[in-house]
Amino acid sequence: MTAASQKKALICFIAKLLRDCNHVAVGASSPIPGAAALLAKAVWSSPRHVNILGSTKNNFFTNGSQELFDCAAQGRIDAFFLGGGQIDGAANINLMGRGEYPLNTPRWPGTFGSAYLYFLIPKVILFREEHTRRVLVDKVDFISAPGTSDDNTYRTGGPFGLLTNKAFFKFNKNEKRFSLKSIHSNSSLEDILDNTGFAFDYEKDTPITAAPDPELLTVLDNEVSAKIKDVYPQFAQTIFVN
Amino acid sequence: MLTSIEALTAHIKDGFKLAVPADYSGIAMEATRQIIRQGTKNLHLIGVPTSGLQAELLIGAGCVSIFESSALTLGEYNPAPRFSAAINEGSVKIVDATCPAIHAALQASQKGLPFMPLRGIIGSDILNNHPDWKVIQNPFSDTEDKIVAIPAIQPDAALFHAPLADQEGNVWVGRRREQINMAQASKTAYVTVEKIIEGNLLDDEELAAGVLPSLYVGAIAEVPSGTWPLAFWQGGSEDSEHLNLYKTMAATEEGFNEYLQKFVYSGEKS
Repeated sequence: MTAASQKKALICFIAKLLRDCNHVAVGASSPIPGAAALLAKAVWSSPRHVNILGSTKNNFFTNGSQELFDCAAQGRIDAFFLGGGQIDGAANINLMGRGEYPLNTPRWPGTFGSAYLYFLIPKVILFREEHTRRVLVDKVDFISAPGTSDDNTYRTGGPFGLLTNKAFFKFNKNEKRFSLKSIHSNSSLEDILDNTGFAFDYEKDTPITAAPDPELLTVLDNEVSAKIKDVYPQFAQTIFVN
Repeated sequence: MLTSIEALTAHIKDGFKLAVPADYSGIAMEATRQIIRQGTKNLHLIGVPTSGLQAELLIGAGCVSIFESSALTLGEYNPAPRFSAAINEGSVKIVDATCPAIHAALQASQKGLPFMPLRGIIGSDILNNHPDWKVIQNPFSDTEDKIVAIPAIQPDAALFHAPLADQEGNVWVGRRREQINMAQASKTAYVTVEKIIEGNLLDDEELAAGVLPSLYVGAIAEVPSGTWPLAFWQGGSEDSEHLNLYKTMAATEEGFNEYLQKFVYSGEKS
């Protein structure tokens, strides 16, 4: 699989996860989730609303940058994507930096809206291409946003699963653990165990991630590529031929 | 009201609490370079809700003593070298927040309230490390219901770039309404604009809905391409070549000082 076809496979995989959503919001610097949301909308007209933050053309908010947060708090956003320099086995995410706060080395940009949106958007998909023990750690150095909360804490949202360039895990809220759902064709169970820094549930015969549906790939290449070029020009260059 | 960029930034004094918007919203970069040229010190800079090259330059040039925001990001040009250096040296006090909390703090000020309650956040290390936030009980609930109280932030001024202003001092921000929130939350607003037009923006109903009235505005300067080298939502795209050059030069303190000499003090534009 080439790097471009791997990325297209991730786009198709995410698109399917978004099919049951009405409104998906995506960060301006998340081209794969953004492309997936645009693809799902093009193929199934579901999600009906896709909002790409930071873009002017593909962002319908008219009440300033606070509208995203107001919308999330009211339950009007169904899915969102978060990443992190570190993600641990309890789905805690760290966007702040490695080492001891505040003198982190390295220091990453900061927590953004994660400490809020993770609580309020029902289907948060953790997406990080790099699948290494550096990123997928036993315990994060700083909790930008916790994976779970106690029953007395108001929480209508949280982690749905974790997608990397090697595998897809679902998150079990009650067990506070990930379970391995499928392994991409370029990897293996041994490879996943070697490169994951946290413990997780798995079956010996975990399936291979299904290859992307050819019809989805066709729509992606022929119909959605122009829109992706519009929103993520540099990314589009890396996956589309022309 | 309508003035030169030098007279506009002269209002921004040492120790000011200064609110600036995120990169998608209209960054007054020429005014930022002028603040560095005039040698302002000890700014309490608030990135609403994040900041980028603007905060990076002000921090690198030694203008900032407190940086309060939810992130400092140069997007695809990350990591921000002078910000990283300041973190390592502990030379700037960092108050880390989360985006909606910055908005909430300004909204509280906008409404003249002492604080604004906000969902989420509980269990985040952001809360554990924040100097001002408190967890309170929802006074309307009979059962345990914790909620975070975010105290108001009233900046001395908001500083941003907008497409249009008129002779009366009204500013058109369109749907970038966070600029209206910032301006109303602050004691005043200093605005650079692409163009100052004849007449009154409020006379046109279609424009009026996106107008920040002059009541909230302290000074306006006409500065075409005032966001350079950053993009502007009603104007040019980013100068990628320059941003790459910045990344290279600012990797060391010497290189950063050369950058300041060339592009801030001498005012070169390429």
